[in-house]
Amino acid sequence: MSNTSNDQYYVPHLARWPIVGSIGMTLTAVGAATFMNSETATTPVLMYLGFAVIIFMVFGWFAEVIKESENNVYNAQVDTSFRMGMVWFIFSEVMFFACFFGALWYVRNMSVPWLGGEGTGLFTNSELWAGYEGVWPTNGPGDIGGKFELIDPYHLPLVNTILLMASSITLTIAHHALVDGARKKVIGWLIATVVLGAAFLFFQVEEYIEAYQHLDLTLRSGIYGSTFFMLTGFHGMHVTLGAIMLTVITIRMIRGHFKPESHFGFEAVAWYWHFVDVVWLGLFIFVYII
Amino acid sequence: MSHAAVATHDHDHDHKPKGFVKRWLMTTNHKDIGTLYLIFALTMFIFGGALAMIIRLELFQPGLQFVQPDFFNQLTTMHALIMVFGAVMPAFVGFANWMIPIMIGAPDMALPRMNNWSFWILPFAFTMLASTFFMDGGAPAAGWTLYPPLVLQGGQNLAYAVFAIHMLGISSIMGAINVIATIMNMRAPNMGYLKMPLFVWTWLITAFLLIAVMPVFAGAVTMLLTDHYFGTSFFNAAGGGDPVLFQHIFWFFGHPEVYIMILPSFGIFSEIIPTFARKPLFGYVSMVYASAAIAFLSFIVWAHHMFSVGMPFGGELYFMYATMLISIPTGVKVFNWVSTMWKGAMTFETPMLWAIAFVILFTIGGFSGLMMAIAPVDFQYHDTYFIVAHFHYVLVSGSVFAIIAGVYYWIPKWTGNMYSERLGKIHFWWSAISINVLFFPQHFLGLAGMPRRIPDYSTQFAEFNMWSSIGGFAFGLAQIFFIIIVIRTIKGKGTTKATDRVWEGAKGLEWFIPSPAPHHTFQDGEAVKDEQLAHVSTH
Repeated sequence: MSNTSNDQYYVPHLARWPIVGSIGMTLTAVGAATFMNSETATTPVLMYLGFAVIIFMVFGWFAEVIKESENNVYNAQVDTSFRMGMVWFIFSEVMFFACFFGALWYVRNMSVPWLGGEGTGLFTNSELWAGYEGVWPTNGPGDIGGKFELIDPYHLPLVNTILLMASSITLTIAHHALVDGARKKVIGWLIATVVLGAAFLFFQVEEYIEAYQHLDLTLRSGIYGSTFFMLTGFHGMHVTLGAIMLTVITIRMIRGHFKPESHFGFEAVAWYWHFVDVVWLGLFIFVYII
Repeated sequence: MSHAAVATHDHDHDHKPKGFVKRWLMTTNHKDIGTLYLIFALTMFIFGGALAMIIRLELFQPGLQFVQPDFFNQLTTMHALIMVFGAVMPAFVGFANWMIPIMIGAPDMALPRMNNWSFWILPFAFTMLASTFFMDGGAPAAGWTLYPPLVLQGGQNLAYAVFAIHMLGISSIMGAINVIATIMNMRAPNMGYLKMPLFVWTWLITAFLLIAVMPVFAGAVTMLLTDHYFGTSFFNAAGGGDPVLFQHIFWFFGHPEVYIMILPSFGIFSEIIPTFARKPLFGYVSMVYASAAIAFLSFIVWAHHMFSVGMPFGGELYFMYATMLISIPTGVKVFNWVSTMWKGAMTFETPMLWAIAFVILFTIGGFSGLMMAIAPVDFQYHDTYFIVAHFHYVLVSGSVFAIIAGVYYWIPKWTGNMYSERLGKIHFWWSAISINVLFFPQHFLGLAGMPRRIPDYSTQFAEFNMWSSIGGFAFGLAQIFFIIIVIRTIKGKGTTKATDRVWEGAKGLEWFIPSPAPHHTFQDGEAVKDEQLAHVSTH
């Protein structure tokens, strides 16, 4: 099939990478599961191997798509399919976070007050957990994980909020510059975005160190520790992924990819970055402040 | 599109990749991927069915004869997980892959490489899940609902099961994204939304449900994983968590999930019934709205699975009334199917027989659902064989019947061979009678108080259990017979060549291409002609 005709919807003939991805995924899963169940293993070798295979797959697959894209194989209709794919992928991520935010809402407004004797929890409280107040933040009536202190929202988290908000702005400036065809400006603002993202991650790690070493706040600190670390942890992973994606499009910009009128890869990363930004706002309000 | 044009296409573009690896492992063709999904689903159907046979064997008589209680729990759990995620869902995705691009005049699915990946995750995930049978502590045994704290007290299987579910979720989400992108972006010119076949409509809605709830399920099992291995307290009351929290999250996924398994089935029967009634589907637009309404309601009724767990009184009332609302759009559908048949020039080929049986048996399943929606009486039914009877009436005579009917309806198009009508009818009557022998007595068992998920029971339940088991073995055997019919049709043994139209009353694009369907269809982006379509709504 000729690969320059732009009037037909491009249907690739072979997909070499999915099976590699499946193998990588399975190695990761089996490696992680074996490691978790093992009492002696110290390094999940198989899991790391799986990660390596997945990274290999992602590079290979994306390289193929980028090559096709740069050779103008894709017409506007293919572009629309990619856009829809990204939008609905981000929607699935929204629902994943909604699950954890929902859990946070439920324990704060339902189960913790019940344990404290509210509503139908009267006898639960008096018979099982007498004296438990049921006030947030809590590690439960069993004091799971021991006494802990909270992160002050107006120090590192506030700095991180400002960093991420700023990174969304720098990314938008870069996007506008791309549409205007000012490529050097784009690269500059993209680098600024990556630096802001990296700074965010640095402070997030700092915050975790402080929590573990000085505040005794750990993943095991009852329901507060569970919701705190799972929500901020999954967010941190998404920021990491987003920062890697931003780095990739920065390199692609430097190599001369993307056109003012057609730059879906750039936009997809931008959408993703704004999405992790919005999730952070939710975290800042519902996990740190309130 | 004229026949001549298609024939030239056939000649020009029917080059299938050579060799097994390129043809199947690296395929991007929606028909080949659809075939892979369907074969995989059939394999899992036999696997899950074999587990069910052991269950019915053990329950044939009271007392423990064949399996130990713990293994029995593994059987019920794995039977459900495999049937839901391995058989029914992949089968419907197989239909979606095969039929949606053809039905809307698209060259292929919108994202063909990702389509390949959606499928090729499944065999790996299920191998991993099935391997738990051989581990210390065996397979998951807390029921497919995976309720804590019980599920956290099992053996090594939890991590493998959780990761398998993650992989299935990734596969489903990618598949659903592909369906949405295909339907919204790949329709041929003149294929408006309200001209789409109802199967396409129901799958569009199903895909939204999948993307919305599979991540929630992933989140729920992730919490199980961290509770078990990393010391979090999501479902531990001592740490301030709540085991009931899991039930809420699970059923927020689980209730839409049951509609994920039934909406495509509504779509398939909405194709079959008009064809053999030789009348357009009655109330096409209302069918679309009813499907959307069912999907919307599925998000706000989840706690009716938890009436007996202890909820605030207002919650019980709300979830009871909200659940009853579902019977309105579902009733619209049932009446529309019946009205389509009303005064139609009906014939009773095999797919139509399954469709009629579906309308009747699914309605029975719907009614028992309505009974359980009444919170106070559900306290009696909860966790008894009544619920087992209910969800098998909707899932077997709903979803599985749709899959079987769909195979009979479209297999002439897929293979170019007409299946044996005589064998098909034998398969139907064999299944339709045995399924009622299998599941109807379970209503009585449940009302009399026999709990579900037990390997042994009091002697007063013996007779109905024996009948149920006999029905079960007969139904299982009938499906082996089905496989023989399918293989004979593929090989063209004792069959006739199918015409392009296949069914006299059939309308829709798939009946205007050759049988078997060429490897590539619709490459020109040619406009669809209204007279080829079943529904041209003037809405």
